[in-house]
Amino acid sequence: MATIKVTRPKLTLLEKIYLPAVIKGLCITFMHAIRSMLGKTPGANENFNSSGLGVTMQYPEQKWDDQLPDYYRGVPALVTDEEQRERCVSCQLCEFICPPKAIAIIPDEIESDDPWAKVEKRPKEFDIDMTRCIYCGMCEEVCPEQAIYLRKDYAMTGLSREDMVNDKKRLYEIGGVRTGLVNKWNEIK
Amino acid sequence: MDPFLVLVISTAVKIFIFTFVLILPIIAYSTYAERRVSSIIQDRVGPNRVGIPLTLFGFKKDIPLSGLLQPLADGLKNLLKEDLVPDHVRKFFFTIAPALTAVPAFLTLCVIPFGSQITVFGESIKLVIADIDAGPLFVFAIASLSVYGITFAGWASNNKYSFLGGVRSCAQMISYEIALGLSVIPVLMVFGQLNLSDIVQHQADNGWLLLPLWGEGLTTERILLLIPLFISFVVFTTSIFAETNRMPFDLPECETELVGGYHTEYSSMKFALFFLGEYAAMIVGSALIVTLFFGGWSVGFGLDAAISEMTFGGLIHLGAFLAKVIGFVIFFIWVRWTVPRFRYDQLMKLGWVVFFELALVNIFLTAGIMMLVN
Ligand code: SF4
Ligand code: SF4
Repeated sequence: MATIKVTRPKLTLLEKIYLPAVIKGLCITFMHAIRSMLGKTPGANENFNSSGLGVTMQYPEQKWDDQLPDYYRGVPALVTDEEQRERCVSCQLCEFICPPKAIAIIPDEIESDDPWAKVEKRPKEFDIDMTRCIYCGMCEEVCPEQAIYLRKDYAMTGLSREDMVNDKKRLYEIGGVRTGLVNKWNEIK
Repeated sequence: MDPFLVLVISTAVKIFIFTFVLILPIIAYSTYAERRVSSIIQDRVGPNRVGIPLTLFGFKKDIPLSGLLQPLADGLKNLLKEDLVPDHVRKFFFTIAPALTAVPAFLTLCVIPFGSQITVFGESIKLVIADIDAGPLFVFAIASLSVYGITFAGWASNNKYSFLGGVRSCAQMISYEIALGLSVIPVLMVFGQLNLSDIVQHQADNGWLLLPLWGEGLTTERILLLIPLFISFVVFTTSIFAETNRMPFDLPECETELVGGYHTEYSSMKFALFFLGEYAAMIVGSALIVTLFFGGWSVGFGLDAAISEMTFGGLIHLGAFLAKVIGFVIFFIWVRWTVPRFRYDQLMKLGWVVFFELALVNIFLTAGIMMLVN
């Protein structure tokens, strides 16, 4: 491709005076303000769930939850498999990979009379401190059992530090069931 | 009644009403207007939530006022915030600096005529706090004091960004003061006096300076004079922008280079005082532009004499004045969200090379026109 030499544009006298340009700018912003108040600016339509003023959404009333992509990294949570078995085998890999040390696990042995005795381990306590979690997704990636997932919930709030720690029960509530991922422990194989 | 007593009481009442009832709310709401207007221009929403939080007191519903109580909430927040004074500052100057920026802006209010006059108990009272014969000079003299506040703040903060902001502001205000002072001279030549109340009265009778349609009407002299007066108006308005550190001349606090400029180290009410001072200066600037160029409190079109006859005609004038000032404040805001910031050398060049000469030539132009036509 040939080289194009860009030259500085020659300014006319009117442009050099600068004042007409200011007035032109004022007209542009004024017209835009009017269109913005009438809800005619680009983005102020249903496609974006916006409030009518540009693309701005008024958060608690208007949300974009239906548009969240599948890879969205929200609150990490534990999942159970199709047979209600907790997938986590308490290997603690996530605890050690977690950069801000948000995860604390106390492993427990599965008694020999349990139908899932061959899995051998499960977590007794599984706490994720959401004041520490940085939603990096490392835990999800490292987990050999596909037991921990970052879900689409993002509005974690609490009035105290204790509120912000998700214990095992809460984690399973948020996580729910996920089927057909790892089948090494069940009959489907 | 004893005229002296009337003078004292009426002045006290005027001071209270003009500053606390009129100007402070306008300042508070111009911060709100700034945020709403800017958000409309930029496709955002702006503060639209604060209402009366009745649910806090056990009622069922809040009263939403589309954010109209935001300034109150801001004020409360600023009062309740921790007032942090860093260890490395010069405490004395650090403390007085915010007051030094806010006080001059409020002081200048006292010569601005808010309205014509009202008759109370058979005494006619002029709606101006101090009816002195050196109005514009007084305003310039006092308004330039606010540069001390900013310089002190920058220097006492003991921080390179604040210092740079203070130095810039100092240089900028001093440079533009000259253009500001010179640009009103043609105006004063046309009026032939310095008393702001009389200047406004003159405009009410003979047509606003930039709209001389009634009184004598459009004589050749007045049409010719419109040219230098318009130049005066442009130079004066631009210099007011620079004086009040507003966009496009807000280099003293330009965030991209200087963090927050001279008020980087300030917090809570001290910071709010800088803010108040800036907006007060903007309002006084608008009031001055309105008074000098757009007929102050005059409603115009030859209606003023009839309105002044009425007992409370002064209040109508007061309304007209406030409407004009608010219009100008919105203009200030609108410009801020339109014109990008100047470079520092451009700013200095504009002040010293363009405006200074322009204002100077303008004086001779006006004088020439006045001489030729008479
Ligand atoms: S998402 Fe990251 S920070 Fe949060 S728990 Fe998982 S590994 Fe830790
Ligand atoms: S969630 Fe996964 S990585 Fe973490 S302890 Fe359980 S099995 Fe191991």
